[in-house]
Parts: sequence; structure tokens; C-alpha cells
Amino acid sequence: MATTYTLISSNTLSSSAASVTFSSIPSTYTDLVLRVSTRSDSNDGGSTGSLTGLYFYVNGGAGTGSGTRLTGNGATTSSARWTDYGKIFPQTDASMTSNTFGSAEIYIPSYTASQNKPYGSFSVAENNATTGYVGVNAGLYSSTAAISSLVIYPWNGNFVSGSSFYLYGIKNS
Amino acid sequence: MPATYEPIATTTLSSAASSITFSSIPATYTDLRVVMVGTATNGSVILFNYNSDTANNYSRILLQGTGVAASSSFQSNSNGNYAGTWYSSYPCFTTIDLMSYAGSTYKTNLITTNADINGSGNVRYIVGLWRSTSAINSITFSIDSDTFATGTTATLYGIKSA
Repeated sequence: MATTYTLISSNTLSSSAASVTFSSIPSTYTDLVLRVSTRSDSNDGGSTGSLTGLYFYVNGGAGTGSGTRLTGNGATTSSARWTDYGKIFPQTDASMTSNTFGSAEIYIPSYTASQNKPYGSFSVAENNATTGYVGVNAGLYSSTAAISSLVIYPWNGNFVSGSSFYLYGIKNS
Repeated sequence: MPATYEPIATTTLSSAASSITFSSIPATYTDLRVVMVGTATNGSVILFNYNSDTANNYSRILLQGTGVAASSSFQSNSNGNYAGTWYSSYPCFTTIDLMSYAGSTYKTNLITTNADINGSGNVRYIVGLWRSTSAINSITFSIDSDTFATGTTATLYGIKSA
């Protein structure tokens, strides 16, 4: 039987980078899963309550889309919505515990289907302090084109060395 | 090396349907995962039942964000698992993880529903319990007074621990 869950490509940064790109994504899978472990070099105030995140562009552009997030920070929960490109909340920034990276998984089902593309994510940004984050996001990429590339960015600044990115393909048959 | 993560069955609707069923699920895996993408013809709640059990043997805790507010709720003694709401305007996406589905203890499931529809919708995480010690051999998804629209896809995966 063909392998169901396959690593398409990976990138572990040996130096800081403004973004990470996955290009020429084959159309032979059913779903995509992107798993990342990241930290940005920008002090966005995450340790004091300013939620920061990641964003991603599809097929070479910001595109159009929307999303709904649900986050907890150790004290309160919140939910908010956006109506532009792909976003993932939270992310670990430079204000948070040193040598600590946040984690996220983004699942994009039916990424080649001729329909708008929903996606879901779960991400965490722990901090050895009173404020850390856990978040889930429901997103929508408003395009009927197959996804052939992804570019991931930190909200501000650069990804630090050691940030890692893994793109998997899942086949349903 | 034997495969760890395998598709057991997949369905893509060629016409609207009131239910989707996975039956004769083998007991040879450790965990199951269901991935569903699609729309509801009108926009309604998705329920699912194990082994045709529609008695009040289900319960759940739900956490949701609506883009405006975060909230949590519970439901005990329900006649099915709740998998969130799908809409007609944009495709929605639901995953269901069933750990130790063939074991002899009560069955816990974790459900995510991603239903952002461009200016409204929600994200929901749900933990559910089926109070039965039977192995799960079928799963039936239904949608309240509605149908799953043409093009809706549902896949059942089996995951082996060894």
C-alpha cells in the first residue's frame, strides 16, 4: 500500500530568516499538514499580554481569506476574527522565555479541490511567567485554485536560527 | 515496516446525502481519525453515532470561539456526539480522533470543527464520551434536518501503535 503520511519537505534554519517557503508542492496528496516550531527575534510584548502570531501566503500572494481564533493566555480567553490572509495565533516572540520555541500544526484538507480552502490550526506559546498562550484557529483561504506554494512569516522580525518547518502530505487512498 | 497511518475508507458525495456511514471498521488499529470537508445544504448541526447506538449514552464538553466571544458548555446524556455546525456558503472542516476505539473501556473522542465563513462562523473543540465498552465497528454521521452537500468528502484513517 502506498504511504499515507509523507514528508514532502522540511527546513530547519541555521540562521535567522524573514520567511520560509515551500514551493512546487505536488498535487498528488489529499491534505497538507504543516508543523512548525518557531520563535521570532521581535519583541512583540507576548510575555506581557500582546498576542502575536504567524501569517502565511498561498500561491505567491497574500490572497483573500478570513479566520476565527480562540485563545487562552493563562488568565482569560478571547475570540476574534480577521478578514484577510492566513494567520495563526499564537507564536513565541523575543519577549518570552529564552531558548523556548512555540509549536503549531496547520491542517489544510482537500488543498487541490476546486473550492475555497478551509484550514485549521492548533498552536502554543508557553512562557515561564504568568502569560503564555494556547490557541486554535479556523481559517478560510478564498480561492478555488490548488495550493502549490506556501510562504510562512513571523508577525514581526525574523524567525531565529533553530526554527523548524515540516510539510507533510496525506493521501486518502 | 508495516504502515502506521492508513486510509480505511473514503467517501465523496456525488449527490446530497442525509448521512454518511463507515461500517465494518476493523479492530486491528489502535486509534481512528475521521477527516471531513464539505458544506451542509442549508447549514445545520452534525451528529454522529457509534454502532447504531442512538440512546442517551453520549456526553460532551465544548469550547468555542465565535470571533466575538469565547465560551464553554457541556451536555450530558445526549443521543449522539456533537460535531459542530456546517454552513452552506463556504466549506467547513471537521476532524475526529478516537483513541483506543477497540478497547473495553468507555470511548473518548476529540473533535475539532473549523467553520470560518468569511466574516462569521466559529472554531470549536469538543471532547466527547460514549459510555459503552464495545469496540467501535461503525460510525454514522447525520445532519439535523438537512443534507451533506454534493462534493462533501469524509475519510476514515486507522493508526497503529505497533
